[in-house]
Amino acid sequence: MKKLINDPADVVSEALLGVEAAHGDRLRIDHEHKVIYRKDAPRHGKVGLISGGGSGHEPLHGGYVGLGMLDAACCGEIFTSPVPDQMLAATSAVDGGAGVLHIVKNYTGDVMNFEMAAELAADSGVQVRSVVVDDDVAVQDSLYTAGRRGVGTTVILEKLAGAAAESGRSLDDVADLAIRVNQAGRSMGLALTSCTVPAAGKPTFELAEDEMELGIGIHGEPGRSRVPLASAREAAQLLVDPVLADLPYGTGDSVIAMVNGMGGTPLLELYLMYGEVHKLLEQAGITVARCLVGNYITSLEMAGCSVSLVKADDEFIGLWDAPVNTPGLRWGV
Amino acid sequence: MANDVDLDRFIEWLRAFAGAIHDNAAELTELDSAIGDADHGSNMDRGMRAVVAALGAGEFDTPAALFKKVGMTLVSSVGGASGPLYGTFFLRFGGALGDGAVDAATLGDALRAGVEGIVQRGKAEAGDKTMIDAWLPALEAYDATQADGIGPALQAAAEAAAGGRDATTPLVARKGRASYLGERSAGHQDPGATSTVLLLEAAAAALG
Repeated sequence: MKKLINDPADVVSEALLGVEAAHGDRLRIDHEHKVIYRKDAPRHGKVGLISGGGSGHEPLHGGYVGLGMLDAACCGEIFTSPVPDQMLAATSAVDGGAGVLHIVKNYTGDVMNFEMAAELAADSGVQVRSVVVDDDVAVQDSLYTAGRRGVGTTVILEKLAGAAAESGRSLDDVADLAIRVNQAGRSMGLALTSCTVPAAGKPTFELAEDEMELGIGIHGEPGRSRVPLASAREAAQLLVDPVLADLPYGTGDSVIAMVNGMGGTPLLELYLMYGEVHKLLEQAGITVARCLVGNYITSLEMAGCSVSLVKADDEFIGLWDAPVNTPGLRWGV
Repeated sequence: MANDVDLDRFIEWLRAFAGAIHDNAAELTELDSAIGDADHGSNMDRGMRAVVAALGAGEFDTPAALFKKVGMTLVSSVGGASGPLYGTFFLRFGGALGDGAVDAATLGDALRAGVEGIVQRGKAEAGDKTMIDAWLPALEAYDATQADGIGPALQAAAEAAAGGRDATTPLVARKGRASYLGERSAGHQDPGATSTVLLLEAAAAALG
């Protein structure tokens, strides 16, 4: 294992020291609970937005704390859900009287821990609603699994729901919007390499030089199938086809599109991939209204990428364009 | 028939379980890396160390108070799915022990209450390739041998759990992260069922 770390046990807490040193003007860190807050939280009358999950997906979620996105992000150990104490502390701290929305990616541990926290928060009198993101089309048979995983759509959802909350909409309104974003979003990813969890010290799975893993999640877990390494053109097709077929998206639709790097793929290749994806969408008669290309929801140093599409109407696009000022996304300010 | 279990023996059980988790942490993580996210051993080890620290720091009047502390400690230190699942198990287990002497029947009822908590939290059923596949045969074996006393009943439960654990290997996972692998999850032993066997083996050694 070659990593720029001091001790595998301290990776998350030491990274938070760095976040504080870098962004202390805008963010506040609760080191005990490993929660990143917007410095001006709670905002009176604004719905509080919190998310969280295992670390290792940066900039998700901590990088999306700030004006127009999240009020707080709870950082778990690497690839491990945060615990209810953390979400409970964050929920109380960001409640400005208008209630709190929990944005949860659909993983067994995350859902259970957020559920326990929501129960405890409700006992303490804070109004909480939750949205569970489950956009990964690689998981086909939801009846016989823990359901689809929450992946790339989470980024877009945090942006849109964050803008809605910032504009003063009510908790139910923001929560219902978040549910609609999730319903309109689909993602699919592939990996060229595995990744190494510092505490484990070696790659989570082995992948030969001439293979790639299709339908991966974001935790270094193996995907649905192992296929021969393909060209970017073929790989784009392998990602876009199942996404388009699933919603389905059709001629005349507009989308917010994201080509996301898993952490170890250069931006050069991501833009090359975006070009291929854009072409396929054009051929399908789909307009890309807005796009993101870069590392937005990662899996440590895994090489590979994912494609996310959110079918977008004027409301979504208006919320997308609203000002945002976070370490991970910044425009309009 | 073995004596009733007292507070000291429960503490001995928890220490033995913490030791077994620590000794097997690498194997648990290895199993989890095949079909999950490579953290079951390290997470459980962190949680049980926190439990041992809490045992050293606190005084407990009743088994119920002890296991409440254990459950809350696990929930707040393990993370993942194992934290809520093991935490809920101990909370319900402790809650069902009551204030009186813990005989074989009471212990059996408490184990069942704990497992019902796991089922409620995780919504897994038999054959989903989870810790439930170790627990269900263990409860059955315990009930069948309960008349012989706590020691033999826990021994039988641990052996049945090991059988259940081994039987998870060919199964296709339907809950937890392993379920995302579909058919490819077959051929690997479930990490949660594996740590469950450690819990019952420690119980047989400490409480029997």
